[in-house]
Amino acid sequence: MSFQIKEQPNLYDVIIVGSGAGGGMAAKILSEAGLSIAVVEAGGDFDPAKEEDRTQLRWPWESPRRGAGTRIRPFGDFDAAIGGWDIEGEPYTVAEGSSFDWFRSRMVGGRTNHWGRISLRFGPNDFKRGDIDGLGESWPIGYEDVKPYYDKVDKLIGVFGSKEGIYNEPDGLFLPPPKPRLHEMMLKRGTDKMNIPVIPSRLSILTKRINNERGVCFFCSQCNRACQIYADFSSGTCLIKPAQKNGKVDLYTYAMVRKVTTDSEGLATGVSFISKIDMKEHKLTAKVVVLGASACESARIMLNSKSSQHPNGLANGSGVVGHYLHDSTGTGRAAIMPALQNRDRYNEDGVGGMHVYTPWWLDNKKLNFARGYHIEYWGGMGMPSYGTGFGMDTMRQYIKDEFGNVGTNGGYGPGLKKDIRSYFGSMVGMSGRGESIPKYENFCEIDPNTFDKFGIPVLKFHYKWTEQEVNQAKHMHDTFEEILTKSGAILLGSKPGKDTQYGLQAPGRIIHEVGTIRMGNDPKKSALNSNCQAHECKNLFVVDGGSFVSQADKNPTWTIMALAWRTSEYIIKELSQKNI
Amino acid sequence: MDRRENLKLIMAGTLASSLVWTGCSTETKVVQAPVKAYIPPYARTDEELKILREIDEFTFFNEFELAKLNVLIDIIIPSDENSVGAKEAGVIDFLEFIMKDQPDNQTLMRGGLIWLDFTADEAFGKYFLEITSENQKQILDLIAYPDTAEPRFQNAVLFFNLLRNLTATGYFTSQAGLTYLGYRGNTPNVWNGVPQEVMEKHGVSLDSKYLEVYLKPEERDITAQWDDNGNLIT
Ligand SMILES: Cc1cc2nc3c(=O)[nH]c(=O)nc-3n(C[C@H](O)[C@H](O)[C@H](O)COP(=O)(O)OP(=O)(O)OC[C@H]3O[C@@H](n4cnc5c(N)ncnc54)[C@H](O)[C@@H]3O)c2cc1C
Ligand code: SF4
Repeated sequence: MSFQIKEQPNLYDVIIVGSGAGGGMAAKILSEAGLSIAVVEAGGDFDPAKEEDRTQLRWPWESPRRGAGTRIRPFGDFDAAIGGWDIEGEPYTVAEGSSFDWFRSRMVGGRTNHWGRISLRFGPNDFKRGDIDGLGESWPIGYEDVKPYYDKVDKLIGVFGSKEGIYNEPDGLFLPPPKPRLHEMMLKRGTDKMNIPVIPSRLSILTKRINNERGVCFFCSQCNRACQIYADFSSGTCLIKPAQKNGKVDLYTYAMVRKVTTDSEGLATGVSFISKIDMKEHKLTAKVVVLGASACESARIMLNSKSSQHPNGLANGSGVVGHYLHDSTGTGRAAIMPALQNRDRYNEDGVGGMHVYTPWWLDNKKLNFARGYHIEYWGGMGMPSYGTGFGMDTMRQYIKDEFGNVGTNGGYGPGLKKDIRSYFGSMVGMSGRGESIPKYENFCEIDPNTFDKFGIPVLKFHYKWTEQEVNQAKHMHDTFEEILTKSGAILLGSKPGKDTQYGLQAPGRIIHEVGTIRMGNDPKKSALNSNCQAHECKNLFVVDGGSFVSQADKNPTWTIMALAWRTSEYIIKELSQKNI
Repeated sequence: MDRRENLKLIMAGTLASSLVWTGCSTETKVVQAPVKAYIPPYARTDEELKILREIDEFTFFNEFELAKLNVLIDIIIPSDENSVGAKEAGVIDFLEFIMKDQPDNQTLMRGGLIWLDFTADEAFGKYFLEITSENQKQILDLIAYPDTAEPRFQNAVLFFNLLRNLTATGYFTSQAGLTYLGYRGNTPNVWNGVPQEVMEKHGVSLDSKYLEVYLKPEERDITAQWDDNGNLIT
């Protein structure tokens, strides 16, 4: 869309920066209140229902790289998300001795075009971790404040699951879960012996109709390619498009926001952005500015929006903006399940993700790390893709031929061909996703030495894991080995040791980064109040994971959306009462 | 010298070459040139299209390399009574593309293909393609079994691992290979669990606790409604 940009005051009621989970939800709710809205998005438009945007139901040979990942689509050639760890012309830097990998998507819907659709509510304890273990702060709100919004998100977007009545894993308004796959049942043999719970997973995929705008899942397992019939959640298909139907939403694409503009009183007046089409700067004005550019990017915009009223960056008198950056922990293990070799063939695609998972089940008081993790399981007879048949130089020793004899690593010929066929669907594995401790020392800041192709100074990351996370990773590996072994699988590779922090992935790798603009009651220790409104700039709000005080061992997106809904209602109220 | 002795000498690394360079007169004709149509019809950004066009503009494998590959990939994944081999499944086209798309592998691939020739030369005085298939396999046996290969062949072992990986992946992601594998998905369906007889075979069963909770195919199209306690009632 191209607009003639005139600088007129209050062109819009609200400007929303970013169209991902947070920005999309804000656009949907605010547009329903009849407000005029500009959604300013750095990437292009995207709609999987359009044939030219469709990668769903394509066969591996339709991709010249057979689905291999690329710099632009690290999760595979058919993956819907455009961007990745390393975007041309948009660098970030990492301080010496620390590490951080930053995954970004540049398109309408942001990272919800790929995400795993694991949709977990935070539990009552998750909002009060600081009180429970004394490490860091608790949230200024509790589960009871967010519950009504989780309920609304469940109804609006849809999530399947089972009611379990586990205190810190609150149940929602669930759609029916799919039955487990074979490897999931086989792995449960191991967990049963260890008294580790395995319950139906909770994914935002429509196993049942919720309205007439969206279709019902037909079990192709390809949610990361984006669903033509909108049976899974992505912000573009489920929030931005419906918001546009409300009539007063202008979507600005290829528009990279540089800063929030402010007036002499330090209030936000709008945003200044660079259009990727003409590479010129443009300005938009509004009564309210809502940031949903993702936790780190929103912090970057605030830090780049210095003014005489906000010398430390916009609404950053506390100095916390950029700090308390934290990601989930993660590590995993693979194994081969001999009983699944040469298995019967049937269509086992299922939904685009695991059908079962393990919520955190232990008591941290008895462990040498303070916070828990959940386990995600994988395996099955998925569609062959780049990588299928790899690794026979180490794996053939486990594959039995028709006479029951195991092979020799490597080789070639008819035996190799048969072995790969027999091995199909016998690989299993699991990944842990855990809660880390938010720390002031883990942060992003503006790197004065580097800017991107738009001339905007970039972020520099400082992040180190602590003993808490490392001990947790060790526990994950001990557990994985036991589950795999007890379920009759043969472990592959060796168990990572202390030298590699027990296989703990680099910060950022789990793509759950939050906490950079945290909320709190004390303006000296937080940037936002409990409604995600900036303490020092009352018409500035944050709707992405920036506001999180701590992350829980749950994936963040359901909470991002519940909070974005809550904040949007607050904005509507404050606007109608002329408080902002 | 008989060939067994030659091979022994390769192991010892002492045999001198008897191959005389005679220009381009190799006897091989098999050149199946790769098909170059890399621009898929779906969702590519301008940056992606640019990369694909650049790939399209040059050819990686020369005709000697292609001739060798055509033989090698069918040795790795041969045809049998019921299925075609790697060559017929179009694996060459995939190899040509993926070499250009992942340039990090180029040196290993190129070096390995030449290694086969000079090793054949040192053992048998001929190019790899000119020796008997039995002799070709003798050479491959030096590098195809990583656990027992001699350390001094390590580079060639890595080359063969790469070629095995890429040939296998190219094959099993082709239409013919996927059929041989027996993959049944990528088509709209209603998942209603693992077939009963398969569960029985593996000694697993569904948890009775969830039988009423799991999705019921016949109710999928009825719009969901919940009671005040969050129980699904439709
Ligand atoms: C591989 C993967 C798996 C995941 N799995 C899960 C999961 O199972 N469950 C879960 O809860 N979460 C998961 N996540 C995380 C989830 O995707 C994010 O939490 C969620 O998308 C965050 O929403 P957001 O609105 O904060 O940011 P994003 O979704 O990243 O959206 C931000 C948007 O802002 C735009 N933008 C950025 N900077 C600017 C700027 N300066 N100007 C204008 N626009 C800008 C971007 O282009 C983007 O569209 C996963 C993520 C990935 C990548
Ligand atoms: S698994 Fe279901 S929701 Fe996901 S892409 Fe396929 S049809 Fe759509």
